[in-house]
Amino acid sequence: MWEYTDKVKEHFLNPRNAGEIEDASGVGEVGSMACGDALKLCIKVEGDRITDARFQTFGCASAIASASALTEMIKGKTVEEVEKITNQDIADYLGGLPKEKMHCSVLGRQALEKALADYRGIAPKEAEGEIVCECFGVTDREIERAVRENNLATVEEVTGYTKAGGGCEKCHDAIREIIAKTREEARPVAARRLSNIQKMKMIEETIEREIRPSLKHDGGDIELIDVIGDRVLVGTRGACAVCKASEQTLKDFVEAKLRELVWPGLVVEEVNS
Amino acid sequence: MKTIYLDNNATTQTAPEILEEIVPYFHEEYGNPSSAYSFGGRVASKIKKAREQVAAFLGAEPEEIVFTSCGTESDNTAVLSALATRNDKRHIVTSRVEHPAIRSLCAHLERKGRRVTEIPVDGEGHLDMERYRRSLTPDTALATLMWANNETGVLFPVEEAARMAREKGILFHTDAVQAVGKIPVRLKDSAIDMLSLSGHKLHAPKGVGVLYVRKGTKFSPFMIGGHQERGRRGGTENTPGIIGLGMACDLAAAKMNEENARVSALRDKLEDGLTRSVPNCRVNGDRASRLPNTSNISFEFVEGEAILLMMDEFGICASSGSACTSGSLQPSHVLRAMGVPFTMAHGSIRFSLSIHNTEEEIDFVLDKVPHIIGRLREMSPFWNAGRRTCAAS
Repeated sequence: MWEYTDKVKEHFLNPRNAGEIEDASGVGEVGSMACGDALKLCIKVEGDRITDARFQTFGCASAIASASALTEMIKGKTVEEVEKITNQDIADYLGGLPKEKMHCSVLGRQALEKALADYRGIAPKEAEGEIVCECFGVTDREIERAVRENNLATVEEVTGYTKAGGGCEKCHDAIREIIAKTREEARPVAARRLSNIQKMKMIEETIEREIRPSLKHDGGDIELIDVIGDRVLVGTRGACAVCKASEQTLKDFVEAKLRELVWPGLVVEEVNS
Repeated sequence: MKTIYLDNNATTQTAPEILEEIVPYFHEEYGNPSSAYSFGGRVASKIKKAREQVAAFLGAEPEEIVFTSCGTESDNTAVLSALATRNDKRHIVTSRVEHPAIRSLCAHLERKGRRVTEIPVDGEGHLDMERYRRSLTPDTALATLMWANNETGVLFPVEEAARMAREKGILFHTDAVQAVGKIPVRLKDSAIDMLSLSGHKLHAPKGVGVLYVRKGTKFSPFMIGGHQERGRRGGTENTPGIIGLGMACDLAAAKMNEENARVSALRDKLEDGLTRSVPNCRVNGDRASRLPNTSNISFEFVEGEAILLMMDEFGICASSGSACTSGSLQPSHVLRAMGVPFTMAHGSIRFSLSIHNTEEEIDFVLDKVPHIIGRLREMSPFWNAGRRTCAAS
């Protein structure tokens, strides 16, 4: 069973503003039944203020709660104010969502954007970019945005926020590339110009400070052996040396952390000493 | 609030008479059955009796019964033993709708270089027997098929499948975790070489299972340790669990026919009632050939987790094949293999009954669930899609 906050449960069991608006000023529809969740948001704008908002959701408890929360958040606010609402704001309003369910809050933000575009009479920016995840029809632009706005570093996180990669998993490499590229672009230019010595030093510090304590917690350890260009050569020690999942740990944890904190192009390799 | 437990394919209540019988084996008769003194020997004789009870229930010999810790351990032991004793063969035949205890193991073995063929099922959940027959090759070490599907209750013709495997000299294993206790099983006259069962699915406690291994079948242990189970499964016996499982087999044998008639009548009442009062729903799996206690119903336009949590408000326990419930993003692999449209699979609910359910409980569920579906549908953008009132300006 999911661990939902009391606020999520309360909004799910007593949703606010469920339904439609007959003379809506703007309507935003996102998702599909095949994907497992969908949201239709109707807004009524008078002057520059949103005077009413209603939703219809097909989805799980957190999808219904996110939509209910969104309508409460935008009612009475000006168009300018609600434009700034992010998916994180929706999750925060509910006291947080399980990370696998963050896509419910993203759905809310997407529906809001579409409803606002509809209100302004602008054609909604339909499926911009190229489809990366065929299973859920998620584009590179959507993934980039989720990575940028929520500081995501792993494929698992991207799946939790956008669903991309949650089906056949064939796009995981492509998602990894998008994460690396987006994170590199988001990094200040100065930070990207590392000398070899600076890079090695940062790798060493990051391993000491961020990585080894977690591994040791599980009885494992790694040792930095060398850095050649962007290749980080490490040896596994303790429990890691005999663990079948150590390859996964090196990729999903060690490499992800080094890419996040040092340099997005780094590749971790295991060497047997 | 009263709990209405309709999730008996997940686990069952330990029968009160079993609980009463086994409690002394935790704190009074706690001896180790392997010990030399009579304080241990008394327990060993109880285990011997349990072994005979299980064997009698399955139509098998006591020495063909290996006690394990659960269904998953039995499944893993069977598959790995077949591969270990037929090391020259690399191929496994299974189905697309197996429990993760088989499915994940086969995927793991495939990554390790074994060849795995997953036989498809049709829209009713029936196995493609012609495809199965063609998949049995000289390189096949083992065919493993579930007797009854945990999600839909649909039965596979495992006895026929076992005969086909035997003709080609291939070992046959069945995961009968959902079948044992619900339908008659008689192994003596069958060609089944190995069978897995789990105690807590038939009112014994959790933490005990059985692997049946036909006499003469080459065997390689999974748990290597002491001499317990004649060296076929090391580790001190779960004495209360094993004694409880023996009793559960006796109880099931005595009550199966009578109870099944009652349970299937309740199941049919629930299913007919729901499909009559709720539009746009369907039953998943062949209604004619399935377990007497299971009903898998899809409610279109709504999502399963939301249904479960609303039922939970009334104390009604069931499970769902929706993506959200499982933590993955895709609905149940069983329903997908049957070609159930995603739109239906996301709204699927499995009700699984037991001898402890009453007609009153079913009436209560029939009273509440249609309202729950109706409430969620009122919130669903697809339910009213036909008469959209949202006039975009």
